[in-house]
Amino acid sequence: MKHLYLKNVSTLSLDEEKCTGCGLCTSVCPHSVFEIRSSKAVILDKDACIECGACAKNCAFSAIRVVSGVGCAFAILNGLLRGSAPTCD
Amino acid sequence: MRLLSEHKPYWVTDLADTAIGKVPRVGSLLEAADRLGTLKVRLDIGRNSYSVPAGLYALGQPDEKAHVLVTANYKLTFDTLRQALPGVNCWLLVLNTKGVNVWCAAGKGTFGTEELLYRLKFTRLDQVVSHRALILPQLGAPGISAHEVAKQTGFKVIYGPVRATDVKAFLASGLKATKEMRRVRFDFVDRAAVTPIELVHTFRPQGLILATLFVLNLLGRQPQLWSAAFTNTMLNFLPFLGAFTIGCVLVPLLLPWIPFRSFVLKGLSTGLIWAAYVVMNLPLFGMAPSPVTAVALMLLLPAISAFLALNFTGSTTYTSFSGVKKEVRLGLKPILFSGALGIILMLVGKAIQVMT
Repeated sequence: MKHLYLKNVSTLSLDEEKCTGCGLCTSVCPHSVFEIRSSKAVILDKDACIECGACAKNCAFSAIRVVSGVGCAFAILNGLLRGSAPTCD
Repeated sequence: MRLLSEHKPYWVTDLADTAIGKVPRVGSLLEAADRLGTLKVRLDIGRNSYSVPAGLYALGQPDEKAHVLVTANYKLTFDTLRQALPGVNCWLLVLNTKGVNVWCAAGKGTFGTEELLYRLKFTRLDQVVSHRALILPQLGAPGISAHEVAKQTGFKVIYGPVRATDVKAFLASGLKATKEMRRVRFDFVDRAAVTPIELVHTFRPQGLILATLFVLNLLGRQPQLWSAAFTNTMLNFLPFLGAFTIGCVLVPLLLPWIPFRSFVLKGLSTGLIWAAYVVMNLPLFGMAPSPVTAVALMLLLPAISAFLALNFTGSTTYTSFSGVKKEVRLGLKPILFSGALGIILMLVGKAIQVMT
């Protein structure tokens, strides 16, 4: 059974102008968010994005933007308590 | 590597000769000690210091043309990888991720471009192998910039499958990953493997609740037998044990079947059902039926389950940063408020019982 998480929260965006269709984003995405259609990447399922940042970090053409972080309540609470960025240490 | 030859860990079989000298060799067969280690870290025993030294290792009998697989220095990760590669001869380049698994380390940046560049230089891998390709776990990608590594070192980064168990098929197919290999899963078995640790992590608050209940039981009646107070404490504790088990075990195991996308709501709804059952059967749990106690438990038990379910987001493979932030923003205050009010009402209920 497929897991579904909150809708309309992901910060993922794709600049089709910059995309060369190399397809690396489809290789690194753990949730099959991207697909290559007529030599360009398209976002198939934005709600499946977990904002891990793998696509943006590996896009040599800076065509992908995402505010990346880990979806971990413990880390976020830790950050809140310390007034810092989310951390699990 | 002289140091390693003098203090050879049990899982290193011998030393392999390379162009740059000796490199520790490992096999793909795990020993009883490795398996015991796995069991221990699954129960959170010594999990934060379960690592292997970073560096280059030979798996089997690799030559200069053999593949190079990059991995983390969490020993559970290292063992899982080598165990998945029986009969494969390759190099294992282990990054120093401070004993953390690939995905978490990539998120933190320790499984990252900088460490990879440093480790490549430090191990002089370019002299050990004649090719210029590195196979990285796909889940390391959030920390690695493939084009940056290529630019700086000439090594091409190839992202392998998500799971170690698919690496052998990936190598055999000429480094082609199927769609299925690229997708992260979170099956029942995966979830079952990470739930024991969730429960272990709550031992401290559970102990605190037990101690509090025991004190309340002693306050309760006139000169009372310790054993009676103890028995009643155990009965009183069951509703709480249930709430903890729901948040740490039941919600994780039944995850996709419980309605709601939000983890707070998954925990809250399941916790409410349990609380309703408890409230309808208070004598069963050694509690005198009282409206105050009933309301207290209806507030407190679901709050515990909801908080623990929210906490489980960190162990899943499909929750987004923005999503969890939203859940914390919207859910945390109501949970804490409900929990605090529940505790106060529990104490009020006890006070009423003692005084009347």
